[in-house]
Amino acid sequence: MASVDIRGVRKSFGPLEIIHGIDIEIGDGEFIVLVGPSGCGKTTLLRMVAGLETITAGEIAIDRRVVNDVPPKNRDIAMVFQNYALYPHMTVRDNMAFSLKMRKADAAIIVERVHRAADILGLQAYLNRYPRQLSGGQRQRVAMGRAIVRDPQVFLFDEPLSNLDAKLRVQMRTEIKALHQRLKTTSIYVTHDQVEAMTMADRIVVMHGGNVEQIGTPLELYDRPVNLFVAGFIGSPAMNFIEGRLKRVNGSVWVEAGDGTRLPAPRDAGGRDGQQVVYGVRPEHFEVTDDSVIRARVQVVEPTGADTFVYADLAGTQVCAVFGERHAFKSGEIIGLRPKVSLTHLFDAATSGKIN
Amino acid sequence: MAVEMHSSDQSAARAGWRLRDNRDWLGALFMLPAAAILLVFLAYPLGLGFWLGLTDAKIGEAGHFIGWGNFVSLAHDAVFWLVVFNTTFYTVVASVVKFALGLYLALLLNERLPFKSLLRAFVLLPFVVPTVLSAIAFWWIYDSQFSIISWVLIRLGLIHRYIDFLGEPWNARWAVIAANIWRGIPFVAITLLAGLQTISPSLYEAATLDGVTAWQRFRHITLPLLTPIIAVVMTFSVLLTFTDFQLIYTITGGGPINATHLMATLSFQRAITGGYLGEGAAIADAMVPFLLAAILFSYFGLQRRRWQQGSAD
Repeated sequence: MASVDIRGVRKSFGPLEIIHGIDIEIGDGEFIVLVGPSGCGKTTLLRMVAGLETITAGEIAIDRRVVNDVPPKNRDIAMVFQNYALYPHMTVRDNMAFSLKMRKADAAIIVERVHRAADILGLQAYLNRYPRQLSGGQRQRVAMGRAIVRDPQVFLFDEPLSNLDAKLRVQMRTEIKALHQRLKTTSIYVTHDQVEAMTMADRIVVMHGGNVEQIGTPLELYDRPVNLFVAGFIGSPAMNFIEGRLKRVNGSVWVEAGDGTRLPAPRDAGGRDGQQVVYGVRPEHFEVTDDSVIRARVQVVEPTGADTFVYADLAGTQVCAVFGERHAFKSGEIIGLRPKVSLTHLFDAATSGKIN
Repeated sequence: MAVEMHSSDQSAARAGWRLRDNRDWLGALFMLPAAAILLVFLAYPLGLGFWLGLTDAKIGEAGHFIGWGNFVSLAHDAVFWLVVFNTTFYTVVASVVKFALGLYLALLLNERLPFKSLLRAFVLLPFVVPTVLSAIAFWWIYDSQFSIISWVLIRLGLIHRYIDFLGEPWNARWAVIAANIWRGIPFVAITLLAGLQTISPSLYEAATLDGVTAWQRFRHITLPLLTPIIAVVMTFSVLLTFTDFQLIYTITGGGPINATHLMATLSFQRAITGGYLGEGAAIADAMVPFLLAAILFSYFGLQRRRWQQGSAD
């Protein structure tokens, strides 16, 4: 187990800089998820930690040892690849034992470690099979087994669940988290799926366009996103954004949308009177009330059983609202919606940063 | 239908329909053209070759069936056995060297190199040049008076007399083997390169993290994953080398003193030049066991390995 420090790391491919100076401190035993849309540089950053990509500028330290010039095999890390990268011509046992064999480990130790990993992952019955003879989830487990056998200081996961079907993904998510709680090895996990990030991470690093947008625990990111990007990226369905102008009159604060609809803002909200802002409210933070001044025209209602999703036109913007209770609105019906004022967010329309 | 049919007509019509609906019948129909081509251009000449080998046919004479006569006389023919030795030696040495150099080239070309596609095109050159043309070039390179190799070596002061490449039996053997290697390498190299490119880069990355050395990576990842392709390439390479004709015919014509005669060239010499069709055919037939052995080798080499098989328990 070890800490990982990423300090001022940049990466260029030729003249094109794709990572613009990133600082992340990862504590011993922490489970960090790098999340962001494709092309944000998260996988490249992970590969730099692994040593599969060179570091253009800045430094990466594992257990306080700068590893910029340390070859991958001496960094004491293990990586789980998106396509698993299992050796097709080796059995599960040989796949897991391969790195130890190449490092000339003692045969008894190899057997013991492989069996321990197989026990943890429930792979005992499959040790003599070839990767082709395994299902997607089993291959995923072998890939993790190969990492566990190494007993490394850091686990790196590169979108390990994206090749699995939805149901298996949820199951493996839980398994990986349970595995981490058991082994307590520092882990860096890359995904584009914010639900994976929210459910698994101790802390999430949201990346966008080669920059870190925000670092925080899942609930910090959900409750206090620092800008429009994080607000829109974290949470499902995504936060609703309505553009308008901030109004302060006699101690009351609201955002006036283009069509004159008044959206109530928290009393302690920052921002100048007349400032162009984006009003953010999560789908789950709406209430239906007949006495609300905010009227919305229902477009589509999607009952999922547990929740009811209502898509409606509010002040010229399509918004989504999620309710735990059931509603049977008709398309075109006008309903009253009220945001839970204390849970709304205000962002500067020009800088897209949060207004406090 | 307005017209009533007799029951026998009806059953005949039904049978006709059944035949038209039968997909096996349709499949057989579609296979006919291919079968016809194979029969006329492959099976017939092959059968004729076998038949001729059992006769004493000469050019202009139909000949009579003489059973194993040709083979018996060949078994006592020292030239025939020399040629069997030549052919085996030629095939084994050339194939081994082609494999080694071809694999080496393929590995080099699989690395990140500047002008990679240009280099790959260059490697293909010997394969593109017509065989006879390159054979004539080699003929000049090996010429006893004008050989560029001898000229260079003398200029460098390494030797004092021109080497008689094609006049000495062993010189000639090595010379034609070198020509065959030069010509055969591109096929091996490019095919193995194609095989190398099917190996996922992430396997190499995983191996890098697993801490392998360059040799271990080749030994434990590249080579095992390449074996299916190697089996195909080397089978073809062996078949083509064993049956080689053009290079020998152009460069040495089988000489000196039959030292470079291969079974194909001897067969041609006896059957066409000499006119003994039956004996020539018998020599050609004698190649079949060797070729069958090579094909069997490929059959077992090509068999899907356990790790390539599907998810059957």
